[in-house]
Amino acid sequence: MRTRRIATGCGLAVALLLSACGSSSGGGGASAPTALGKAEGSLKIIAWAGYAEDGSTDPAYNWVSNFEKDSGCQVDVKIGNTSDEMYQLMQTGEYDGVSASGDASVRLIDAGLVAPVNTSLVPHYADISAFLKDQAYNTSGGKNYGIPHGWGANYLMYNTDVVSPAPDSWGVVFDKASPYKGKVTAYDAPIYIADAALYLKTAKPELGITDPYSLTQAQFDAAVALLKDQRTVVGEYWSNYAVSQSAFEQGSIVLGTTWQVIANLAQANDAKVATVLPKEGATGWSDTWMVSSKAKHPNCMYMWMDYITSPEVQAQVAYYFGEAPANPNACALIADDPTHCDVFKATDADFYKGISFWATPRKKCLNGSGDNCVPFSEWIKAWTAIKG
Amino acid sequence: MTTAIDSPHRPARRVSRFLDARPRWRLAGLLTGPALWLVVLYFGSLMALFLTSLYRLNDDATRITEQMGTSNYHELLTTSVYRDIVVRTIGVAVLVTVIDIVLALPIAFFIAKIARPRLRTVLITAVLVPLWGSYLVKAFAWRAILGSPGGVLDKTFGSSPGYGLPAVVIVLAYLWLPYMIVPIYAGLDRLPDSLLEASNDLGAGFWLTFRTVVIPILFPAIVAGSVFTFSLSMGDYIAVALVGGPTQMIGSVVYANFASNLPFAAAFATVPVLVMVFYLLGIRRTGALENL
Repeated sequence: MRTRRIATGCGLAVALLLSACGSSSGGGGASAPTALGKAEGSLKIIAWAGYAEDGSTDPAYNWVSNFEKDSGCQVDVKIGNTSDEMYQLMQTGEYDGVSASGDASVRLIDAGLVAPVNTSLVPHYADISAFLKDQAYNTSGGKNYGIPHGWGANYLMYNTDVVSPAPDSWGVVFDKASPYKGKVTAYDAPIYIADAALYLKTAKPELGITDPYSLTQAQFDAAVALLKDQRTVVGEYWSNYAVSQSAFEQGSIVLGTTWQVIANLAQANDAKVATVLPKEGATGWSDTWMVSSKAKHPNCMYMWMDYITSPEVQAQVAYYFGEAPANPNACALIADDPTHCDVFKATDADFYKGISFWATPRKKCLNGSGDNCVPFSEWIKAWTAIKG
Repeated sequence: MTTAIDSPHRPARRVSRFLDARPRWRLAGLLTGPALWLVVLYFGSLMALFLTSLYRLNDDATRITEQMGTSNYHELLTTSVYRDIVVRTIGVAVLVTVIDIVLALPIAFFIAKIARPRLRTVLITAVLVPLWGSYLVKAFAWRAILGSPGGVLDKTFGSSPGYGLPAVVIVLAYLWLPYMIVPIYAGLDRLPDSLLEASNDLGAGFWLTFRTVVIPILFPAIVAGSVFTFSLSMGDYIAVALVGGPTQMIGSVVYANFASNLPFAAAFATVPVLVMVFYLLGIRRTGALENL
């Protein structure tokens, strides 16, 4: 009876319920291919801004065209602004793959939306830094679910003309008596609550925060309270990178969290901005190219995953986006900045371990401290309440 | 040619004979397509919205559970932040509507009653041309105008409201103004000049004529325009995202939750539907809809 009612509901609710129906199919059923066939001629992927450049943002940065020429796969790129957006887009089943951060990848695996990947079909996988392989966010039940792309931290960006002295702590963006009131920005997604928790980990050690994604109710409430204070000085929240870039360029925003690529783009337009990795450390991302379990062009997706992890392309992406490449062989090929890999500590496994990578918070604490952590559904609700 | 039409065996001919004798079949043939369109797409999507709102996201936000219930609505009614957002959104919609009425009345009056026919065509075109431009481009343009510092207003006049709630009202009032001018213009066009002259002859001044002659006749047109400005403002989420600063409206919460908590987004999206139903019922009581 129940299944029938749900089935009827699904039939009626074609447009909106796609996800509700799709989610009932559990993961684990799909298996990785053992050999690749012919290229299907096209490829639809979801990517972070700056991961799949075809020269339309800046003619000097184009690695998609070469792939299209070599593989014969026409690439259609959809930019995802947040992990939640990427997760939602993957539920449509329209896309072949996604560059997922940890707070999307685990959900994608659990929901059965991505298929296991046969890494032997991706020759460049062998070159990827060992500390990126077989991690919780790209591997489940002993199966690999993707190919690491690159990683980095969320930086603090500031206007060098206005913000003085140069900040070295996240404290400046959470200060409700900030001299930059109305000109502070923050990332517009529930996962940003972790940034507040990360700051409190150092600023209020009595709260006992160990992992910003594993928060007890008291720790979570403290982070939310801090963000409500921050709300009074925020001029604008950003999730679209172009909106954030324009705000820093015109000076309506002078301080706040950013991705290095946004700083690079703003600097290219002569904006007086700089980035810093604050002393408290930072949240960050470690991204994985994953194949949709409903991919219509899996062969093209495998070709893309091998192409994007080749040293030449990794060098271009890492330099353009401002991140550490997953394939360290890329380091020697970054002609524009030979120190790039040193700056981003691309081969430093200890530095890597120090970054709090985006992960989906769960009731069963991610750091193994118990079953009393605030789950992500509460983070989502709190985010609306924080913005008010 | 003639033989083809005369032939009783042509299928088209047979169909038209059949229909000629049966008016009910004729009616069904005409209406089935549009009715299906209305029922499936319009009511179907509303039903989908409502059904989705009865599901629930699991705790870890990894999937939507299959138990149905009203927990989303319960949360909507008991959490103060959602009430604030609803009140703010309705306030913005009312303010935008009032501003558009105040701006549209003199503009439409000038076009319909004062401008010469040639100028009239030019002005009507000028009012409609912005509708051809992309909504997104116009909203981005306002972002460049209102930025503080660095925006056009700030650079030219030294001050600007910046991004926030006032900017949302300004931009929405700009975006929906043509939807108010056009019905009021159409209403004024139907108003005979002789009525205005008669009122003048009987000694009524401008305001008295405006209040007792023009406004009552224009009322249905104003109501029609307000349905557009009010409902479009209720659902907007793009202008808010671009010029609203940290401001949240119903549309922005629905948009944000669409990605992270679909059932709740659906529950919140029923709020503007309900508000519009009450708005239309209220209008019906004034009798304005019958005069349209």
